[in-house]
Amino acid sequence: MDAVYFDHNASSPLDARVLEAMMPYLASGNASSRHSFGRKAREAVESARQQVAESLGAHPTQLAFTSGGTEADNLGLLGMGANLKPSQIIVSAVEHPAVLRTAEAMRRQGWQLRKVGVDADGLVRIDDFLAALEAPTGLVSVMMANNETGVVQDIAAMAELARQRKAVFHTDAVQGLGKMAINFAELNRHGVGALSVSAHKIGGPQGAGALVIDKKLDIRAIQFGGGQEKGLRGGSENVAAIVGFGAACSLLKVQQSAQHTYQLREVLEQGITDLGGVVFGANAKRLSSTSFFSFPDVDGETLVVALDRAGFAVASGSACSSDSTDPSPVLLAMGVMPELAQGAVRVSLNHSNTMHEVQDFLQALNHALNKMQQLAAIAA
Amino acid sequence: MSKTPIYLDYSATTPVDKRVAEAMIPYLTEHFGNPASRSHSFGWTADDAVENAREQVAALVNCDSKEIAWTSGATESNNLAIKGAANFYAASKGKHIITVMTEHKAVIDPVRELERQGFEATFLEPEPNGLLDIAKFKAALRPDTVLASVMLVNNEIGVIQDIEAIGNLCRANGTIFHVDAAQATGKVEINLEKLPVDLMSFSAHKTYGPKGIGALYVRRKPRVRLEAQMHGGGHERGFRSGTLPTHQIVGMGEAFRIAKDEMALENARIRRLRDKLLAGLSEIEEVYVNGDLKQRVPHNLNISFNYVEGESLIMAVKDIAVSSGSACTSASLEPSYVLRALGRSDELAHSSIRFSIGRYTTEEDVDYTIDLLKIKIEKLRELSPLWEMFQEGIDISKVEWAAH
Amino acid sequence: MAYSDKVLDHYENPRNVGVLDKNDDHVGTGMVGAPACGDVMKLQIRVNDDGVIEDAKFKTYGCGSAIASSSLVTEWLKGKNLDQAMTIKNSDIAEELALPPVKIHCSVLAEDAIKAAIADLKQKQAIEV
Ligand SMILES: Cc1ncc(COP(=O)(O)O)c(C=O)c1O
Ligand SMILES: Cc1ncc(COP(=O)(O)O)c(C=O)c1O
Repeated sequence: MDAVYFDHNASSPLDARVLEAMMPYLASGNASSRHSFGRKAREAVESARQQVAESLGAHPTQLAFTSGGTEADNLGLLGMGANLKPSQIIVSAVEHPAVLRTAEAMRRQGWQLRKVGVDADGLVRIDDFLAALEAPTGLVSVMMANNETGVVQDIAAMAELARQRKAVFHTDAVQGLGKMAINFAELNRHGVGALSVSAHKIGGPQGAGALVIDKKLDIRAIQFGGGQEKGLRGGSENVAAIVGFGAACSLLKVQQSAQHTYQLREVLEQGITDLGGVVFGANAKRLSSTSFFSFPDVDGETLVVALDRAGFAVASGSACSSDSTDPSPVLLAMGVMPELAQGAVRVSLNHSNTMHEVQDFLQALNHALNKMQQLAAIAA
Repeated sequence: MSKTPIYLDYSATTPVDKRVAEAMIPYLTEHFGNPASRSHSFGWTADDAVENAREQVAALVNCDSKEIAWTSGATESNNLAIKGAANFYAASKGKHIITVMTEHKAVIDPVRELERQGFEATFLEPEPNGLLDIAKFKAALRPDTVLASVMLVNNEIGVIQDIEAIGNLCRANGTIFHVDAAQATGKVEINLEKLPVDLMSFSAHKTYGPKGIGALYVRRKPRVRLEAQMHGGGHERGFRSGTLPTHQIVGMGEAFRIAKDEMALENARIRRLRDKLLAGLSEIEEVYVNGDLKQRVPHNLNISFNYVEGESLIMAVKDIAVSSGSACTSASLEPSYVLRALGRSDELAHSSIRFSIGRYTTEEDVDYTIDLLKIKIEKLRELSPLWEMFQEGIDISKVEWAAH
Repeated sequence: MAYSDKVLDHYENPRNVGVLDKNDDHVGTGMVGAPACGDVMKLQIRVNDDGVIEDAKFKTYGCGSAIASSSLVTEWLKGKNLDQAMTIKNSDIAEELALPPVKIHCSVLAEDAIKAAIADLKQKQAIEV
């Protein structure tokens, strides 16, 4: 049996049509060269820029391609921070490390880091956010949708508040893209200045991402040399990956896919609850594809390994930090007890998953839990 | 006849070798996992491939695979090495940096950025043949010189610097030594076990691998430390965060494996082609080779054609894909800063062409190029008032030109 | 850089390349630009006794747009008297050749070359009488 892939928030398989679009560009010219090889590469990059911009409701000139979501987040924060007088930077307590670690690194340049808390459902506590904004604040970064829980924040409302305090607002939309409607022009009207996305979370290749930026903002490159991306990002363009990113964006069917995964997840979470599981963030608005849950007194690592053996690829916490066995900081920030957080398992779906797979998964889960309980009983 | 346009711009980028593309495709399709995923076989398979490629890259340059960190390309490697080391060691060593005027922008621009942050930089002028005078380098070293960055092979003129001599001086001075080797892999032997180098940058797409992937060598004994420039999930032992693009990494590994296996034979063949091109073009009057011919990779020939203008020259030779200056700067009309650093006049810098020969260049391609250049240079010179003056015996450098 | 078809045509088949005898009283020679700037234009005109431009020749060291600009003006100059020739504006040249903004200086140089050639001619003829 082929393994069932339930870890799309970590990396999503490449769509065959995306691969087809990329193939001719694997051997492309340098997009900065002036001869015909270079011009073809340049045209491909620009048409991909159009495609990505379109899927985000942005203008192509607002896009800078990067090597991925991490670099886009770094460019967003460090790049906008570089031209501001260091003051306070506010981030939510549940940000991806690409934002969190970057904000921490900005302390060296004199920035004060303020992490605002979330409530039990994973939503930023607006009272805490407002209190934080009392201090002079240059930058705010709050993610659109959380990679672990899928909880969706009210970005527009927070950006409005930040704007009143003249703070620049960045949002990490890496997990939002493809799973919920995103319109940068609309968000920008509410005060969102920059937004990060990544190709490999939407059926595009690893190695391409983008930062969308309001051109009125003052932003400085963080990687220098060559002057590519209008001076915002030096380095030969990764033509094939950028083309793949564009193709993946043009194939997105956000609503359809959201409805499909919603139906699957309803069944999944009913099953999980029936087996005694706890679903995190269940009361908040969430990406319909993501489910993060725990079974009291069940070790997550062991469960995930058992599920892998049974042919189901799921995650324990986020991919980036899954090297460590510490409980998920996202869950701890939501006030989940460490023992329960320790056992967390993430299922993340996409349009290609089926109801059948979900039902099989529930069976496998039931089986694995029984076995673990038997073992625990023997040990006890 | 050769199929036009003929590609003679291998220093800008190389096509991906078919074997490389074949190695990559499974990692775009069935093995698409995120190598950081520790909870399932998709992740483990990707991770194994990444580690195998790391071994392949390390093997080409004879270092430990643990000393290789993946980046998005040599630009990022250079940024990480230069900003990362300078910032890490500034407090203990000082804030002076030495580099060379003919470095790639991916070295010059990060050094300029450090200058803005309060570092002091010395940009050494090379000799007219493009090589660094070691005595001048030695004289530039100061007690507070925290970092030196000198490229192994120049991208425009192909000259090879004496990295060993420079590295030894750095060692003696306690200066971290970074080398941009983007243009060197597969062209010159690199033995990092012997070379006194602390940090070395690589790029895949100059060696028949894919674009958007590179690596930085970071010496472990003695251990070299860096301040990370890209923050996040703590990938690559914290040197460089960000999801690893598995297929590209696999491509770089395979490309470097091929380079190791085939470079001796390939370079001999390429040298024959380059020498033939040089002999053919030397039959044209008033041509000047830029950069030392001996201490140079066989792939590169950079020639100035006097009394013709650079852009019209490029237009005239549009059936061959070449560069005037490096790809990264050819969007602007500035004459090549590399050639100017060698003391070439603006005119000769403007009228230079970099021919770079590679794996798929044929003898016919070279013949075609020689014939094309002969015809086109003659035509352009017929159009050129400067050529007319030269033939009348007028010394153009003595003419007073009305500024405009 | 994308060139217009007209620029390419003039570049591939430049009109009136050559030299006129610069010592001829009826010939005016203008040389403008500088090698270091990347363009040098030499424009020559020959007028008949009625002051009408009979012939025009050029040589240009410069980019495709510079070559096309000078080639074009040699066509335009023939048959004009000096006053008419003085009315040729760089904007006319730029428009005819659809020059991109970064190449406007080529048309300016061509206009300067016309003025320089006429000035040279007038100076010669003034010394003559
Ligand atoms: C919310 C979020 N931000 C940023 C990233 C980093 O993106 P990338 O993997 O493209 O570097 C990820 C994925 O790992 C993510 O989930
Ligand atoms: C010497 C040198 N260093 C650095 C680079 C930049 O490499 P990359 O395109 O991988 O960022 C190049 C190529 O453009 C180069 O020739």
